[in-house]
Amino acid sequence: MTGDALLTVDRLRIDLAFGGTRYPAVKDVSFTIGAGETLGLVGESGCGKSITALALIGLLRRPLGIGGGRILFKGREIQNLPEAEMRKLRGNRISMIFQEPMTALNPLSPIGRQIAEMFVLHQGATWHEAERRAVDALASVRVPAPDRRVKDYPHQLSGGMRQRVMIAIALACDPDLLLADEPTTALDVTVQAEILELIRERSAAQGTAVLMISHDLGLIANMCARVGVMYAGRLVEQRAAEEVFRSPSHPYTSGLVASLPLLGARARDGQHRLKEIPGVVPAVTAFPAGCRFNPRCQARTEICVEVDPEETPLPHGGLVRCHHHG
Amino acid sequence: MADAAAGPLLRVEDLAVHFPLGGGLLGGRKRIIHAVDGVDLELRKGECLGLVGESGCGKSSLALSIVGLQAPTRGRILLDGKDVNGPGLGRLDRARFVQMVFQDPYSSLNPRQTVQRTLEAPLRLHGMTDRAEREARIAEILRHVGLRPEQAQRYPHEFSGGQRQRVGIARALILKPRIIVLDEPVSALDVSIRAQIINLLLELKDTLDLSYIMISHDLGVVEHMSDRVAVMYLGRIVETGGWHRIFTAPRHPYTRALIAAIPDPFGATRGAKITGDLPNPLEPPSGCHFHPRCPEMRDVCRQPVVPPLDEIDPGHRVRCVRTGELAVERTVP
Repeated sequence: MTGDALLTVDRLRIDLAFGGTRYPAVKDVSFTIGAGETLGLVGESGCGKSITALALIGLLRRPLGIGGGRILFKGREIQNLPEAEMRKLRGNRISMIFQEPMTALNPLSPIGRQIAEMFVLHQGATWHEAERRAVDALASVRVPAPDRRVKDYPHQLSGGMRQRVMIAIALACDPDLLLADEPTTALDVTVQAEILELIRERSAAQGTAVLMISHDLGLIANMCARVGVMYAGRLVEQRAAEEVFRSPSHPYTSGLVASLPLLGARARDGQHRLKEIPGVVPAVTAFPAGCRFNPRCQARTEICVEVDPEETPLPHGGLVRCHHHG
Repeated sequence: MADAAAGPLLRVEDLAVHFPLGGGLLGGRKRIIHAVDGVDLELRKGECLGLVGESGCGKSSLALSIVGLQAPTRGRILLDGKDVNGPGLGRLDRARFVQMVFQDPYSSLNPRQTVQRTLEAPLRLHGMTDRAEREARIAEILRHVGLRPEQAQRYPHEFSGGQRQRVGIARALILKPRIIVLDEPVSALDVSIRAQIINLLLELKDTLDLSYIMISHDLGVVEHMSDRVAVMYLGRIVETGGWHRIFTAPRHPYTRALIAAIPDPFGATRGAKITGDLPNPLEPPSGCHFHPRCPEMRDVCRQPVVPPLDEIDPGHRVRCVRTGELAVERTVP
């Protein structure tokens, strides 16, 4: 493991307790993020990408819990930190942008106060000073007329404006690591482009490392230098962004890229029948033995059913978890 | 492909859907949302018409009006040349003509009913009294959507997301309609399942001789499935034409902005992005609704005259007063 990475996740396991049994919803997930770096996690619903982020920020709640592995933030193990210690980190050094700003913001509190709270809690500012700084924070995410807008409640803002407020809160204390969980999924595409630009710009200005989570391959490829592909609680492939979708190594990644009707494809190649990935995404309680993708995999052989593949380094960098890569 | 010789299967003329707001007991100012504001559309036999636009553009209100779930404020809807409000076309006739597939297959199916009961109800209502005949029809439709007839005894929660959407499609097909309105048919599904449903819909269109109106915000899906595309912005169609024209040589600045905003996994860029949020639909901007966000805006665009939807080439219409001045930008090299 790299010793000087900002964040090192080492064989993280997250268990789901259900009916007296513990199911590994996330298993042996390892990755690092360097200071100022943007790592993308891409995968479908239920693949474990969101709960991985929640584990990093200490927000897993029953029936979910960390079942093993380590999370090192600036060299310090944080997976078993007492809640009081975690609160000092959360929102301060590690912060998060959630998918749906309307449910993540407090509907009963003016947005200026929700931003100001960060300065009071983490930096010991007085409310008076904090509210003044909230105006600057709102201006930094390009909300027009920030001095008047601080008095608005979340319901008075559009979806895009609400997500800007979330970003202002998340970046208020200049965190070292920003977790962005589907930050634009609830937004329209033209607004999405602006919000992504804002995250990119502000994280670059402050040197914030970003973990960007999405099911949208295009978004991840555009925002991230490195990408991790998750399937059924496993990180199946980790590569540089420009390579992972062009020359995928894992059958799941290549299947996903081939199955999407990408904009421009029909004009180039005509109307083809899309390549399907057969079968369904397995439930956490019914992950198959061996490679978790094996029931849907075209390249499956006997070993895939019996042996869970280890992460293997690829010749030109990156890791893949497949018996038949390359 | 579309059959050009016959008249359109569906015709929408100057359709408007307005929602009044406020003006309640407290006597607030009565305001009106113009969700759909004068839309003309045609759907020809065998065609898939893609309807795109962002939230609040009126595409769902338009779709609901077409299937009869939302009363229009103004305008006419003609099915095979017959006015839906005229004589000779009752509610039951309409249900046998147009059906709808909803976005979320879970919330659009009754969780307390087996698939069998869900599919049987419309058949009974439409006078199919013979039980054996009903069961034969249900088995036939389930096979069409890739399910086994014995799965009819199951409840919606026993299916995966993709299978549930197959049930939703079966429900729309059970009366053998001629038009299906697809409202975001794959956006609630897992990414790796979408191709299965898209392929199924395209197959069904050919084998069952269907015509589609498909609403989607995923332009990749729209490009893949549509024969023609209509782009809506704040209640009006701003551009309409064949899929190839819309996606390779879009003329309205909004269409261009929509296409430019889609991030590409291979890092391609498709033109300039726009800024600003969607305006408040209660106070739409004057003249061209898009002018406050438009990179090509001039004074003329602000004038309180709605730009006409001009035909610039056969079948390609654009609602922009500056179309003639703006260069054709190709999005695909």
